[in-house]
Amino acid sequence: MSQDTHNHSHGHDHSHSVGHELPFWRKYIFSTDHKVIGLQYGITAVFFLLFGFGLMLLMRWQLAFPKQAIPLIGKLFTEDGVLSPELYNQFGAMHGTIMVFLGVVPLGVGAFGNYLLPLQVGAQDMAFPKLNLLSYWVYFIGGVIMLASFFSPNGAAASGWTSYPPLSVVADNGQTFWLIGMVFLITSSLLGSVNTIVTAIQLRVKGLSFMRWPVLVWAQVVTAFLLLLAFPPLEAAGVLQLMDRLAGTSFFLPSGLVVSGEALKVSGGGNPILWQHLFWFLAHPEVYVLILPAVGIVGEIIAVNTKKPLYGYKTLIYSIIFLGFMSFIVWAHHMFMTGMGVTMSTFFQATTMIISVPSIIILTTYLLTLWGSSIRYTVPMLFAIAFLPMFAIGGLTGLPLGLTASDIHLHDTYYVIGHFHYVVAPGSLFALMAGVYHWYPKITGRFMSDTLGKIHFWLSVVAINGVFMPMFFMGMAGVSRRLYDQTIYAHGAAAQPLNVFMSYCAWALAVAQLPFLYNMATSWKWGKKIESNNPWGGTTLEWATASPPPHENFTTPVEVFRGPYEYSSNKKPLPQFVQEA
Amino acid sequence: MEHPHYGFWLPPNISTNGAEIDNLISVLHWFMAVLFVGWAVYLVYCLVRFRERPGHEADISGSAHFSLPKYVEIGIIIFEAISLIFFSFPIWSKVKKDFPNEAEALVVRVTAEQFAWTVHYAGKDGKFGQLKIELIDGTNPVGLDREDPNGKDDILSPNTLNIPVNKPIIAKLASKDVIHNFFLPVMRVKQDIIPGMTVPVWFQATQTGKFEIGCAQLCGVGHTQMRGFFNVMSQEEFEAWYQEEEKSLLASSTEPISGKTLKIAKIQTIKESK
Repeated sequence: MSQDTHNHSHGHDHSHSVGHELPFWRKYIFSTDHKVIGLQYGITAVFFLLFGFGLMLLMRWQLAFPKQAIPLIGKLFTEDGVLSPELYNQFGAMHGTIMVFLGVVPLGVGAFGNYLLPLQVGAQDMAFPKLNLLSYWVYFIGGVIMLASFFSPNGAAASGWTSYPPLSVVADNGQTFWLIGMVFLITSSLLGSVNTIVTAIQLRVKGLSFMRWPVLVWAQVVTAFLLLLAFPPLEAAGVLQLMDRLAGTSFFLPSGLVVSGEALKVSGGGNPILWQHLFWFLAHPEVYVLILPAVGIVGEIIAVNTKKPLYGYKTLIYSIIFLGFMSFIVWAHHMFMTGMGVTMSTFFQATTMIISVPSIIILTTYLLTLWGSSIRYTVPMLFAIAFLPMFAIGGLTGLPLGLTASDIHLHDTYYVIGHFHYVVAPGSLFALMAGVYHWYPKITGRFMSDTLGKIHFWLSVVAINGVFMPMFFMGMAGVSRRLYDQTIYAHGAAAQPLNVFMSYCAWALAVAQLPFLYNMATSWKWGKKIESNNPWGGTTLEWATASPPPHENFTTPVEVFRGPYEYSSNKKPLPQFVQEA
Repeated sequence: MEHPHYGFWLPPNISTNGAEIDNLISVLHWFMAVLFVGWAVYLVYCLVRFRERPGHEADISGSAHFSLPKYVEIGIIIFEAISLIFFSFPIWSKVKKDFPNEAEALVVRVTAEQFAWTVHYAGKDGKFGQLKIELIDGTNPVGLDREDPNGKDDILSPNTLNIPVNKPIIAKLASKDVIHNFFLPVMRVKQDIIPGMTVPVWFQATQTGKFEIGCAQLCGVGHTQMRGFFNVMSQEEFEAWYQEEEKSLLASSTEPISGKTLKIAKIQTIKESK
């Protein structure tokens, strides 16, 4: 591959390539076109989302019916068809890793950011197209390493997606794969974030001042800053843990460990808590990396489908920026139970309460936009509307977790799982699905089927709540997360019926995605053709060009004359790029 | 055997600290419910009233201003401030800082390892014997030095924490290998056990009964199996059990102490041995 990129960098003159045919591999494989890279990110991320979801579907069998053989396919994994605790831990760790780092982030940032951001700022491409190409392929390699780890002698990483040492340091070789894979994924995100920031700021067309940026551009830029500033500590931490595993250092290992009845010969003197600080210094901003692109997408879709300006645009943008800042000083609320004293917990509880304020403002501006609107119920709008109460549940349930006193009982239980899944699954993922339906005509020139879309929506919204709502009750009952078989405990056995219900809902949710996948695949060729380049009446720059946009995006020069969501006095949308009212 | 009632909500509480925690959890959930229902009613109303239909047009004037959301937002901030200042800070301070006097409490050491608990009682002298890593073996999981005068009468209780009711307990938590979490659902006690540190927790039971210790932090392949027993006894029952343990200790102490030394392993060999 390095040979190919090498040739590529010499043989490709970016600004003069319009109209001349590139060979297939340069047009679709090692392309520098942000739209192709965006699609590559999108397709790869969807594959990983399905894969990570699949792991959970298998784990859900063990959770619902402990130690019973998985029907039909169980024998593929173990001799007796029962998911072993080893595999359970591997699947759990990899489910989290894959969904976060290989699924939602690449889809929200890599796919939507790459495809839409240059269009929305009126740029021909990203600022650094070759860096963009590199960031996709580094991500791809990271993904391959993660997948390959399942085939290493003792399987994949099994210490949770958080990889807390010392467990992760004494774990099997899958953890080494995990760390190396993470280094690739982080590097990819860093390259991408630099590109996003520079593109958004430097390649804006004439007239596009910062306060005329569409909310999605703002969301992507704040996200990129989070990636740029939060990821390096984890990259460093990942390398330190790799050294602990391979080179005999002990950054995260104290002296005097006795594992499996044998004293561990390490130099000692390290501290496992250090890893947690470094990890969560990344991973809390990471939560906002997962949610902010979704917030941006929902904003765009609501603005278009309510047929009126977004309420409180400036407040919304300031809230997103403030959220970004605050996300750097709340991380230790993941660590309240590590033995944290009064002083530190006071600080982190207070910041955690403060960060709820901008989140609620964002939600409020979207809710208020609906007032006095004329809501067009397209499929993307359905998903965008559903995002609001789902995100609200996710946010509200953060409250008892963010206060240390109530967190004592709820920490590391299913309550936590319910909380962050509400933010990321019916929150972020619903928004990303909304984005797929909404910009599909932009990307392909064809609509996705409305009927299939509605089936997908209604089944998903019911099933997904069936999966995550019971988790709050299970967490209340005190059932810890990451248990292979909770029925061993008396309180776990009492809550077990919820597990059975959740598993059926999870499998139903999987079935509900089939119309979506079918729709996505077939509409590409057979979907209803769009009649105009701007089928939804969008007001932002991506609708100023053909759908699908040509290479280098805009065939005629574009200019911006007003804010992103304005309407003329006769209630017609007034796009940013149209000069006269 | 008494069976506590477990269901789809909080487990029974038998801790002196638990009521305040449960109270906060319930206040928060009422608040969340009110807020959510408020939003949901508003949302559904909008979705119906402002649906696209013939004769209905969006109001694009942008003149609509709302003062209610501002008050809601201020209300939320005040509520959060109250939860912090009057609930969370004082409860946390009481649980984590205001430890009972060790002289009045029963002090135990709880050592976690993959995938078991060892509870270490100081014995009559109230002093814990020294722990030596080289003495660790199958019968002496914490490496207690029986030749240390303070350690002669110490009691090691595998996987079982027995405590008297209505007496403050201080448990000093330590781990031999990886991070575990000492979780007593009915006591509203949850504390990570970080190797290399000793973290104390305190609690006081208000009722007797047979309960469980859970490990609430992923600690490896047998994580689920790391269930211990937690028995709250009357003072008399507890003393009787304690004397029984002391007697069996005397009977066994005539056996010579095994001079076996601990094997030393590198990280790599540990991995292979699994």
